[in-house]
Amino acid sequence: MSSTVHPSRAAGAAPARGTAATPGRGASSINAQERRAAYLFLAPAVVLLTVFLIVPVIMSFALGFTNARLGADFAPEFVGLAQFVRALTADPTFWAGLRNIAVFVLVVVPVQGGLGLALALLVNQKLRGITAFRVMFFMPVVTSMVVVAMLWRFMYQQDGLINAIFGFNVDWLNDPTTALPAVIVMSIWQGVGFHMILWLSGLQTINHDLYEAASLDGASRWQQFWNVTIPGLRPTFVFIFITITIAAFSLFTQIDVMTSGGPANATTTLVYHIIQMGSGRGDVGYGSALSLIFFIIVLAVTLLQRALTKED
Amino acid sequence: MNRRTIGVVAMAAALAVAGSACSSQDRDGWDGTGPVPITLWTHSAGNEGEMEVISQIIDDYNASTDAYEVVRQDFPQDAYNTSVQGAAASNDLPCILDVDGPIMPNWAWNGWLVPSGLTESDVANFLPSTVGRYNDEIYTVGYWDATTVMFSRRSVLEGLDIRIPTVEQPWTASEFDDALRRIQDSGQFDHAVDWGPSDQSEWYTYAFSPLLQSFGGDLVDRNTYASADGVLNSPESLAFAEWFQNQFDSGLAPRSNAQDRTEFRNERVAIQYSGNWGYLQNYTEFGDDLLVLPPPDFGDGPKVGVGSWQYGLTRTCTDRQREGALEYLRFSMQDRYIAQFSDVTSLIPATTTAAELTTSGYYGPGEPLEFLTPMSEQFGLVRPVTPAYPVISQVFQQQFQNLVAGEDPEQVLDQSVREIDADINAARYNR
Amino acid sequence: MSSNAPTPATTAAAAAKPPTRPLRSSGTDKGNPWTYIPLVLLAVTFVLPLLFMISSSFKPRDQILADLTSWRAFLPVGDLSLDNYAGVFDRVPVGQFFWVSTVVTVSIVVLGLIVNSMAGFALARLNFRGRGVLLGIIIATLIVPFETFAIPMVYLVSNLPRVVLHSDGFALRMGWANSYEVLIIPFIANAFSIFLFTQYYRSIPKELDEAARVDGAGWFRIYRSVISPLAGPAFATSAILTFLPQWNSYLWPLLVIQQENMRPVQVGMRYFFASATAEGTPWGQIMAYTSLITIPVILVFLMFQRAFISSIASSGVKG
Repeated sequence: MSSTVHPSRAAGAAPARGTAATPGRGASSINAQERRAAYLFLAPAVVLLTVFLIVPVIMSFALGFTNARLGADFAPEFVGLAQFVRALTADPTFWAGLRNIAVFVLVVVPVQGGLGLALALLVNQKLRGITAFRVMFFMPVVTSMVVVAMLWRFMYQQDGLINAIFGFNVDWLNDPTTALPAVIVMSIWQGVGFHMILWLSGLQTINHDLYEAASLDGASRWQQFWNVTIPGLRPTFVFIFITITIAAFSLFTQIDVMTSGGPANATTTLVYHIIQMGSGRGDVGYGSALSLIFFIIVLAVTLLQRALTKED
Repeated sequence: MNRRTIGVVAMAAALAVAGSACSSQDRDGWDGTGPVPITLWTHSAGNEGEMEVISQIIDDYNASTDAYEVVRQDFPQDAYNTSVQGAAASNDLPCILDVDGPIMPNWAWNGWLVPSGLTESDVANFLPSTVGRYNDEIYTVGYWDATTVMFSRRSVLEGLDIRIPTVEQPWTASEFDDALRRIQDSGQFDHAVDWGPSDQSEWYTYAFSPLLQSFGGDLVDRNTYASADGVLNSPESLAFAEWFQNQFDSGLAPRSNAQDRTEFRNERVAIQYSGNWGYLQNYTEFGDDLLVLPPPDFGDGPKVGVGSWQYGLTRTCTDRQREGALEYLRFSMQDRYIAQFSDVTSLIPATTTAAELTTSGYYGPGEPLEFLTPMSEQFGLVRPVTPAYPVISQVFQQQFQNLVAGEDPEQVLDQSVREIDADINAARYNR
Repeated sequence: MSSNAPTPATTAAAAAKPPTRPLRSSGTDKGNPWTYIPLVLLAVTFVLPLLFMISSSFKPRDQILADLTSWRAFLPVGDLSLDNYAGVFDRVPVGQFFWVSTVVTVSIVVLGLIVNSMAGFALARLNFRGRGVLLGIIIATLIVPFETFAIPMVYLVSNLPRVVLHSDGFALRMGWANSYEVLIIPFIANAFSIFLFTQYYRSIPKELDEAARVDGAGWFRIYRSVISPLAGPAFATSAILTFLPQWNSYLWPLLVIQQENMRPVQVGMRYFFASATAEGTPWGQIMAYTSLITIPVILVFLMFQRAFISSIASSGVKG
């Protein structure tokens, strides 16, 4: 993977010019050189991150207060808080999206996190062929969300695999009461292998001596789990808790492929709505206002989680 | 070394930027010799009849001139508006495109469509609803129009002693309600009338807003286009919403229908509210027993939905292309093509002179659908001519689906007004 | 977001362990053979849908539906053929989709390794004013989901000038849509990769730089010939963590690509959304297409599964 760096070729490719640090030079000129080098090394990344991350984020703040349209001939006009008032007072889809995403986050975060831990405990055992199981559990993660969503859309059909196997007769994705749960189940199936690996890596960082000490003290397996494993997983927990939440908030692909937000807004999400407005309808002003609201929600939840998980 | 670093980075960036450069052509793609190419987009991919006529017009036109060459690109209808939106964002619009009539003001407002250059004399013969006007300019023109009608059967109405309405003397509101009641009570049908509530698309606005207007309501204030308040939630509009919901609550109409509207042909409903495009299928089933009726007069006169797909010019046309594109539009507006369109689609030809040339037996003198032309002219009310229309329509569709599903009519209308006005306020359409 | 803002990334950074500690392939718990029961059941849950996808891609529509109620659904048995695949190639330009995805993914991975490792090198091994602040800002950006600024970004790229090369010079055009640039350039610099490289470069002894400088080497040469060759695992991890989301990228190309010949494989899927015919949705073809775009990734994954899994593992510990 690191084939871009060939020491043999590099040797001739970088003739030193004015940077050779001869012992007699003053420290300040060395520092100046080092600084200049640093800025040059950083320039491409900083320019790209600025243009394609910082600037768009700032733009979402600015455009949300305008009537900007995609591809229109006129310059955006300032419209004050009109777009935000619209989102908060006159857009039921926005509220439906918010409600659905809250349900999704509240279910997926604990369930996917918890199942991931259970899987990690299972595959952290010294058993023959355990790697094969890890690989199998991880397979859906490697498969793209578009493919997985399409596959499950097929399986969820009324005459599809899931009804055939379990003997239901439910039109999962077209019934407002089952559509969101169906998306949730599929999302957990796709993502749980990813968190299994994160937990597993957390489990393996726990010092094994702690277990031996505990078992010498006569602690049972359960006691060891609660008193050694769980505290040892704390940093992993914080990380998984926060990243899984941010990822869940951004729910889009499954919705776009499986339900288009329907039936009757039962599965629409904030991001799906943002894309519909900002791109589908070309209403960049409104899409940006919604994006800004979304940004503030994610930031607030992240800060809250951070405060809740802070160690004393 | 540092300079080398910069050089490498700059080169990489430049290469990446230039990476996908593809063509060496001028903006309109003319290489300086031969005819000037003019791209044309249609929404009709998959519609063989329409495609046949369009390609014939293009072939004939290209054969008639050495100066221009029209090049066609087809899109399926459900992806069409998105494609145009995307093309506008990336400055890739064609020079000529077709647009659904009510959307035209929005595309013109965005600057995508430009005044076509057609004059009043060019369109003098055309049905008013086939000419797209915005801000006193002619932007687009269509070859045909469609209109809403009611299908029923002579034997059924006569059997139940129900008067057969005419354009001169349509049903009144009470007459219509009475007719529905009588059909329902006869027990011969599951439901009296099928309104087509399962078609969750433009059908809702196209077909149901004329009923709303016949009650005396409307979608938006047509004098200013600045608000829907006091119009879409007026007492008249509320009367319509309550009446319409009652159609479903009382069982006179089914809350859902088959995708291809088979209920009427299977004799499960007695009246079908549809477009004139449904004529052929229904006629095949019932022959001369089939009736094509004007909708009832609910107080403010009968109203029918009109306004359909039309062609216009975009901002992408270069001066050179604009001349050719206008020439092409005029060429395509010949009666023989209009007649041909009507023959393949069974839709209303845009001119009466073309109607006389039709061979399919619908719109010619004395033929069964001849009356649709004056009817659509007399009763037709185009959907609001405002850039806010796409949002108005989307809100109307969503809220009226809720209405059909049983939501409180007053709430439905108030919510619609809130959403429409919020969009108008934020978008500043009346710039 | 000031650099001092508490972020999950800084939390994780504080918890950082020595970089790229590969996951042990055996477990650390002593094994209980009863565990095989849940393990096998779970494996069935995770693998059967994928087997169903691949098996169905070889079957005609009627057989797919007929097989649903038995184990045959998951097995390539019965009336097998490549008809669905032929149908896919008839319907959509699969080769072109693969070409676009390959060009885009490879470009982003290669250019990203260069740009991000250089930045990481500066942040880890060079002294300059504002280093801490800059690193803080870069880490803080990790919590901003792409979805929050996708729309402004579409607006931005549709208003950016683009250089178009002609046979006789070049021209400026407005708008980046429908180009390789718009798919590649925004994703070259990656805050997480920079962070990863920074961490790894920090763990390499500083004395190596000093020795090289005494020998007269410049910073670029030190970066390229002395330090980076020791950072192979960081390059591998960064490459893997970039490759996967880029190959699977959907939202961004959906927003900025309208032309058929510029669609990457995932967006190509949309051709099948509205493809219902008289016989219904062509599920056999859809399964063939999803298999086509998935099997290469699965094969790469199976070949390098150790590297994949330890990359993901290290992303959790550090990022």
